Amino acid sequence: MKRRGLTTLILAGLFLFAGYAVFFIAPDEATMHAIQRIFYFHASSGWAAMEGTIIVFFANIAYLRTRAPKWDWLAVSAVEVSLAFWSVVLITGPIWAHPVWGVWWAWDWRLTLTLILWVLYVAYLILRTLIDDFERRAASSAIFGIFVFLGVPLDYLSIRIWRTQHPQPVLFGGADSGLDPTMAKIFFFCSALMTFLMIVLVVQRYRLESLRHEAVELRLVLDENEDEAGNAVARGNKRPSGAPITENL
Amino acid sequence: MDAARAAAIILRKEIRAEMRTRELLQTTVTFVIIVVVLFSFSFQPSAAETRQFGPGLLWIALLFAGSLMLNPSFAKEQSNDTIYGLRMAPVSPFSIYLGKMLANLLFLALTEVVLLPVFAVLYNVSLWPVLGRLIIVLALGTFGMAVTGTVFSAVATQARMREVLLPLLLLPVLVPLLIASVEATAELFSDAPTLDRTWLAVLIAFDIVFFVAAWLLSDYLLEE
Repeated sequence: MKRRGLTTLILAGLFLFAGYAVFFIAPDEATMHAIQRIFYFHASSGWAAMEGTIIVFFANIAYLRTRAPKWDWLAVSAVEVSLAFWSVVLITGPIWAHPVWGVWWAWDWRLTLTLILWVLYVAYLILRTLIDDFERRAASSAIFGIFVFLGVPLDYLSIRIWRTQHPQPVLFGGADSGLDPTMAKIFFFCSALMTFLMIVLVVQRYRLESLRHEAVELRLVLDENEDEAGNAVARGNKRPSGAPITENL
Repeated sequence: MDAARAAAIILRKEIRAEMRTRELLQTTVTFVIIVVVLFSFSFQPSAAETRQFGPGLLWIALLFAGSLMLNPSFAKEQSNDTIYGLRMAPVSPFSIYLGKMLANLLFLALTEVVLLPVFAVLYNVSLWPVLGRLIIVLALGTFGMAVTGTVFSAVATQARMREVLLPLLLLPVLVPLLIASVEATAELFSDAPTLDRTWLAVLIAFDIVFFVAAWLLSDYLLEE
């Protein structure tokens, strides 16, 4: 409990510093000015989301190989957290794009790929809500997750070729190339911070999932015991009141 | 039992079951024709526009048809309780998957046999000169659709709302396949039709990646 409180405090402090660095330390970008500063959070969220996506893939494989529920908990936690980060990417992207490109959205490969992954992760979570049995849900979503991840390079490839055949008037080219050293430092700081946040969120979400699992199992035990107690009463041999409910575990 | 022979037996069972009722084929074929007709109402394409939108339309219609048609592949085993028979059969899960996948491939191909002439007539496209090359594109695209769709059909079977769930899972995963097939078909519809090697390579890559994935994961598909 104490440790979690401390982590939250440290994170909050680091984010305050990051906000300060982004707005007051980072130099002004020559052509885009203030709007470029969103890039520090936009791109770093993208990194964190990608890292989360890789965690999902390995957790999915590990679940199918070992059948240990913990891998399923890790997978669903990482999917939810990555989805949150992908959403940040998808929301901050157009905010930046509109003044700079003049449009909210362009079918650039990065944008398209992010959107596809976002949709697929939403589908992943919907799939999970529609299967009740734990093992079936875990196995089905693991199979789907693996397919999603294997599709990423193919998506990348096809969108890349598709876009080079139909060139867009405005594409990336400013912020990425030749970063100012101060900008680079702040950007790496923000990326590390977002990764830290991602890991903290996944750990928290994982804990929640394991507690939820525990609660379901306890409830099952409780129901069984109540049934037996009920039968015992019906048969006339009362069980002593106050006996521990887990006596016949 | 030999895996290929087992798959052939499953395939024969699927064909026999389908030929007794023809439910799947008649609904899918009708559906796909309705989609093509509705598209022409909503776009009223001219000849030039057809060349532009035609390939996309053709593949969207096929993808929709596929996502509907693939659903009963495992769902009918579930609702008829024949899934237990399949699980107990002394064959590998991959053979069952392979048999079902080939059956779906066959049914999709039959749908395309009906769809292509209807499409050519309604949209005034002459497919005859490029038919051979078009069949290559269609075969690669349909194979990829059947490979992934059969896996997802098994995944969605034990879920509630599976009829709606399957397109939700399948269509976004098929994005690279859709792009590659549409672009390759568009090249064939152009003035100087060519078979684009790059897009064929993407299609082949898609087919191989997901077929191998399906093979590796097939053990988990039929579990209870």
